[in-house]
Amino acid sequence: MTRLSSRSRGILTDLWLTAPATLGMIVLIFAPVLVVVVLSFTDYQFGARSFEWIGLENYATIFTDPIGQRAVVNTLIYVAVVMPASIVLALLVALGVHEASRWMPRLAAALRAAYFLPVAATLVAMATVWQMLLHPTLGPVNQALLALGLPGQDWLSDRGLVLYTLTIIGVWETVGYNMVLFLAGLAAIPHHLYDAADIDGANRSWERFWTVTWPMLGPTTLFVMVVTATRSFRVFEIVATLTDGGPAFASDTLVFAMYREGFVYFKAGYSSAITVVFLVFVLIFTLAQFRILESRVHYR
Amino acid sequence: MIELRNISRRFGDTSALSDVSLTIEGASFTSLLGPSGCGKSTLLRIIAGLDHPTSGSILFSGRDVRDLSAAERNIAMVFQSYALYPHMTVRGNIALPLAMRSMNRLERFPVLSELLPSARRKAVENNLAVERIAALLKIEELLDRKPSQLSGGQKQRAAVGRALVREPTAFLLDEPLSNLDAKLRHAMRAEIVDLHRTTGRTFIYVTHDQAEAMSMSDQVVVIMDGKVQQVDAPRDLYERPASRSVAAFVGDHPVNFLDVAVDRRQLAPPFEDVTLDTAIPGRTVTVGIRSERLHPAADGALAGRIERVDYLGSSTMVSLRLPSGHRLSAVLSEQDAVPVEGEILRLSFAPQRADLFDPDSGQRIDARLVPARASSRPARRDQ
Repeated sequence: MTRLSSRSRGILTDLWLTAPATLGMIVLIFAPVLVVVVLSFTDYQFGARSFEWIGLENYATIFTDPIGQRAVVNTLIYVAVVMPASIVLALLVALGVHEASRWMPRLAAALRAAYFLPVAATLVAMATVWQMLLHPTLGPVNQALLALGLPGQDWLSDRGLVLYTLTIIGVWETVGYNMVLFLAGLAAIPHHLYDAADIDGANRSWERFWTVTWPMLGPTTLFVMVVTATRSFRVFEIVATLTDGGPAFASDTLVFAMYREGFVYFKAGYSSAITVVFLVFVLIFTLAQFRILESRVHYR
Repeated sequence: MIELRNISRRFGDTSALSDVSLTIEGASFTSLLGPSGCGKSTLLRIIAGLDHPTSGSILFSGRDVRDLSAAERNIAMVFQSYALYPHMTVRGNIALPLAMRSMNRLERFPVLSELLPSARRKAVENNLAVERIAALLKIEELLDRKPSQLSGGQKQRAAVGRALVREPTAFLLDEPLSNLDAKLRHAMRAEIVDLHRTTGRTFIYVTHDQAEAMSMSDQVVVIMDGKVQQVDAPRDLYERPASRSVAAFVGDHPVNFLDVAVDRRQLAPPFEDVTLDTAIPGRTVTVGIRSERLHPAADGALAGRIERVDYLGSSTMVSLRLPSGHRLSAVLSEQDAVPVEGEILRLSFAPQRADLFDPDSGQRIDARLVPARASSRPARRDQ
């Protein structure tokens, strides 16, 4: 038996350590994605014995069929509202909670828990609560509007309104998660930078924010943006539990359409094409954010 | 002139500073010297306005500055960690204090600042000031780099530039050299002294390094356990330390503290050859002799067996055990022969330059050792 050099022994150790995880990724992620990509070019129906190659027809359907278009546009609108709104709100809440933690730590801890509750709780259970809140006649939301002399709304059954109702619930769900990330970012800002800002005359809260807080939160903000983007592209539970994509596909989204086509109608080929579109969207969004922002938030 | 009157600072139950009173003359170089955790940085932050005393008052040129923010006190500060804004270039860092003072909110606003004529004029003026400072500190070629692209010494200069660029009442420096390597520290020490001369402003310098404080300052404030131990010029600090702990803290070499019995003016061995110039109460006294003040001499008064020899090139440290049981360490110069362990070494010292302390309180005793008069004592036996 020949003795291996320390270099090749090192390589073997590296392989031995990384192989299980790599193998898992290949078997559980990359291979299925490849299968999905292949299926997206077929008319395969789940359970069928054969399929035809139909090229890009599935993709053409998504972008030309009114229902497919609806899902794409709805998803983009949802992301466009939830992303900025939940990030800005989360930042404001985090700044408030961070500030409050200095002079009343108990209240700050209670607020933090309250905002994080939607993240920790089961969304499906929470959706029931929302359904009750938004009930057209019995719901407290409409009751309150009526008390103020405003007309009540059909929050979940008005075609023009339902998507925006879902975005509000989406923001409510995401703020707590983003707040926790921002709080961690805020806690990591070295305090001597605030001292320097005080000395340099940037001592009012607005100036402190622009001189120290906001630039130092840059890496956190980038991370929050990427996470929020992928989370909002994935919107599914609230659609499935509250609206089923209705009324008349007014609240249909990509992932819900993917589920409906694949698991209700068993159109595996079409569902795979939607999945690929979804993956490409998320990939483009994430890459764009990294490309554009990374050099600006990591100060090298 | 900066005056501190009876400053105390408590953090919960712990007292960081107690009853600190101090006068810092305008244009002077004052060091706050003490071991880490003694409260010197807290004192500096209180002077800066970054922290507030629990009690006591601070006066700048006779005016109480209690309610003035750090910016309104118009002091400049160099932080131990430099505290440069990582997202700005060196130019941006140095210009920030100028922009904050000369421009209003509108003129600093990102896009408007390019459009408003007044903002553009001020930006040009500020930039000239930045380049003047950069030239003074020899960092012109670094102006467009980010702090992460700078070495420790370069960051240090940029931080000094940010402090220098406006005309502050005082410069506060919080251990600015402690993150630099030894060689650079020496060079920067000289540069800071030069800066003090050229700017002619008040410098307040916090350090735990007695060599820095001694070599740079007009006035050294020794702080220990939150209390001011002594305020003096470096030379007086070395020659007349107010307490045993100050004596031990100041100076490059260790100090020998020997507790000896005393009866009015008469001292027990190994000090039979000297007496006190005035009688003191108490039964024991601590005699402090700096190890660099002990010299080998054939007729030296202190003789002991050498227990340890540390040869350091330019000097040699020796430790001896005296027959009286005391240990003594001495610094021998390059010219002296390097002794061997186990030998007997005789050392002489100038009795007048020894310091006397109360063994209980550690405070200086105002008495001196003098050679015993030949008439009052028998001639020393030769051995």
